[in-house]
Amino acid sequence: MDDDAEIVAEFLVESHENLDQLDRDLVELERTPDSRELLSSIFRTIHTIKGTSGFLAFNRLEALTHVGENLLSRLRDGKMVMTTHTAGALLTMVDTVRALLEAIEHGAGDADPGVDVESVVSLLERVLAGDVEEPAAAAAEGGEQATVSELESVQDAPPAQAAVEGGEQATVTATDSVEDAPPAAAAAPAHEPDPVAEELLDPVLDQAPEDVPAAAEVEEGRRGVVDSSVRVDVDLLDGLVQLVGELVLTRNQILQRTEAADDVELVRASQRLDLVASELQESVMRTRMQPIGQVWSKMPRIVRDLAHQLGREVDLEMDGHDTELDRSLLEALKGPLTHLVRNSLDHGIEPPPARAAAGKPTAGRLLLRAYHESGQVVVEITDDGKGIDPRHIGDVAVRRGVVTREQLARMEPRDVLDLIFRPGFSTAEQVTNVSGRGVGMDVVRTSIERIGGSVDLTSTVGCGTTMRIRIPLTLAIIPALVVGQQGERYAIPQANLVELVRLEGQDLRENVETLAGAPVLRLRGRLLPLVSLSEALGGEKADPDGLTIVVVQADETRFGLCVEEVHDTQEIVVKPIGRQLKSLPTYAGATIMGDGRVALILDVGGIARTRAIGAAHATEPEVQVGTVDSRALLVLEVSQGRRAALPLTAVSRLEEFELGRVERSGGVEVVQYRDGILPLLRLAPAIGLAESPPAEDQISVVVHEDGQHRVGIVIDRVLDVVEEHVVPTEVGRRNGVLGSAVVQDKVTDLVDLDAVVRPLLAGAR
Amino acid sequence: MTVTTLTPTSGGTRTTGATGQMCTFWVDGLYFGLQVEHVQEVLRYQQLTVVPCAPDAVHGLINLRGQIVTALDLRCRLGLPPRPEGELPMNVIVRSRGEVVSLLVDDIGDVIDTTEVSLQPTPANLPPTVQDVVGGVLPLPGSILLVVDAERAVDVSTPDTTGGTP
Repeated sequence: MDDDAEIVAEFLVESHENLDQLDRDLVELERTPDSRELLSSIFRTIHTIKGTSGFLAFNRLEALTHVGENLLSRLRDGKMVMTTHTAGALLTMVDTVRALLEAIEHGAGDADPGVDVESVVSLLERVLAGDVEEPAAAAAEGGEQATVSELESVQDAPPAQAAVEGGEQATVTATDSVEDAPPAAAAAPAHEPDPVAEELLDPVLDQAPEDVPAAAEVEEGRRGVVDSSVRVDVDLLDGLVQLVGELVLTRNQILQRTEAADDVELVRASQRLDLVASELQESVMRTRMQPIGQVWSKMPRIVRDLAHQLGREVDLEMDGHDTELDRSLLEALKGPLTHLVRNSLDHGIEPPPARAAAGKPTAGRLLLRAYHESGQVVVEITDDGKGIDPRHIGDVAVRRGVVTREQLARMEPRDVLDLIFRPGFSTAEQVTNVSGRGVGMDVVRTSIERIGGSVDLTSTVGCGTTMRIRIPLTLAIIPALVVGQQGERYAIPQANLVELVRLEGQDLRENVETLAGAPVLRLRGRLLPLVSLSEALGGEKADPDGLTIVVVQADETRFGLCVEEVHDTQEIVVKPIGRQLKSLPTYAGATIMGDGRVALILDVGGIARTRAIGAAHATEPEVQVGTVDSRALLVLEVSQGRRAALPLTAVSRLEEFELGRVERSGGVEVVQYRDGILPLLRLAPAIGLAESPPAEDQISVVVHEDGQHRVGIVIDRVLDVVEEHVVPTEVGRRNGVLGSAVVQDKVTDLVDLDAVVRPLLAGAR
Repeated sequence: MTVTTLTPTSGGTRTTGATGQMCTFWVDGLYFGLQVEHVQEVLRYQQLTVVPCAPDAVHGLINLRGQIVTALDLRCRLGLPPRPEGELPMNVIVRSRGEVVSLLVDDIGDVIDTTEVSLQPTPANLPPTVQDVVGGVLPLPGSILLVVDAERAVDVSTPDTTGGTP
């Protein structure tokens, strides 16, 4: 209900402004009756009010504006000519619309009997009905001679004109509307709503007609919607945000200085300044915040139309209307959100018969959800449609030449789904006018990334898809961790922050290893690539006794950033950097610290890219999946010292299982793993090697995931992760092995993972 | 430093337009001028934040009343030897294409009126790095003023270290 009230309030403000403009336009139009431009503008305004009132179920308002719109469209198309009384009728309509809006504002809804809508409607209808009817309307104007002379110019209305001159209502050629509304009635509404509207608009005018006393009382009690809000230029707001940012920084400087001061008065004053500045900052930031409900209010209509068009049945649910975010971000979100909703309807939710066949209710469910999470706004679009099948996506991607079959074979299911974000990708079997033109998801991702956000999707075949958009709350002020390096400070956005790790002495030696020159950290069983901030900034690599690691995440890439010092978390104001530095991938911007000095904001994603970490997940089309895949290899020991390598991207986890957990199912060894059963595959026999004698109490397993299926590949141990380009040779090619290659000066079998796991998965399917 | 020949440059399209008032400054003993319309203000030395990986000419960032301004070292931009240790540069704050950039110079001179003198092409034998920044010269009675083209002076190419980002 609150949400509705908010939408209504917004509708009122907007409409009132539009009506003021309309008044001016109509008067202007009377002077220049053939201005197509003015007519179009008026038409649009009324059309907007009509549309919204229909959506908000203000039926009388809709009926009124509908007739007005018809009249205006005829005027616009040149089928009718603007005359004084046409203008009069339109102005009457505007006044009545205004009166209705007032009634709505005071909670009476548009059913307020104090506002006479029906007679205005019939007046407009008569004007619409044609020239012969005009005298009736003219009579409403008072039957003045001026009106009549106007009429003459309109053409061929002599009988009607005569009637007017006689001061009598000779409704000659009968139409229904005339019979419905006798002339006297027609005359009244033209004027009656006026005082009502005037009264409601202007509280000073105190002679409220008897029929709307309640409304007038309310008026005095509180400010009307229109009076309580002011439209402000966004540039002005932006300027204000900037200034407040400055003030906050200056306050920080003053606070630092006064902390040590003896002057009690000064300390007190600075505390007050602190308080006021904080509140001011908050308020100013709020001026730019708008609830997401604004965008969502348009969704029911879009969904309804699309469902109709596509022959789907859809129940739309929306949750979290009042989630607020910066208005510029809200603007930027509109397009992508609409697109995703369309996609869900077109590609996600099946037609009713298909749903019934799948044992689902015929009406699909589309859930829009918005919420705040760790300084970000998350918007989810969930449907319970057919989901996205990675195999299908893969096939289409190969067919469209987005990837080669070899590249596809090496991709994780997750990455395969990600292919839909590639340019030129569309899986619509039929190109509809809703979606399926092959532009879309890549555009969605680009536009979301442009505002500092990200899009990802999870999908279960047959059960549905969830698209998740994450966007920052505001671009202006973000929480960030300040770290120190070589005497300078750098800010790392909190959004990228995962955790802080400090390693010293024994721990350092045990958990940090250097693989082919690349340091990695064992963190709770996972290998985390480490990047020295010093090196990322082009400096020397330090070799200290302890490591301070900031674990960061950008997109799908997680890595450890080794820094010299960690200072504290602060709210920082993001400022742009000059064009000389824009192309540096390392920085996302700059900010001013409490002491007035400039600190750079690190772009975690940019650092990851320049240090070639997680390039497999990068979305840039330049980064070819194949070339990246071939670089990172997990080198294993199998069969007593024999070496084999798997593409690292095929590895989802490394696990150790106690021997006691291994059970048998059919002819296959399995373990219970993550609420499921993980079939095990001994790598050595699968690639034609002798199996090592059973290990004492544990087995090492590489978990490989392929769509719905998981396989545990049993190996002796993990040797290394190498990033080098290897070329398989013919030597050693056999079933399960692509060939052998020299990796780290040793001959290593390159495992043909597909061939190895196929027999096992074939059983599972 | 004296210039012996004054051969007009072949591609003599560089002009700074009407000369008029010039804000003058020195860099490594050379006398430079910038049209006052381009100069927002002149500041003493400001604390700089260095930007690792940035182009050489980018000396750092300064905080100009809340605005972050890139400081370019004109010595570096002109290919001149670095400023001697211990000497602090001055900032000439320049507006260019909607951005504010600081040019670091050795010393600031007066604002002079050069309406009487006509702009001549930059002598062709000046080092290309200087030619790149200077849009012409004004032979004044006691000295030769090198007129800096503000647009080009602040144009610093960034080394391509992006490795794939567009």
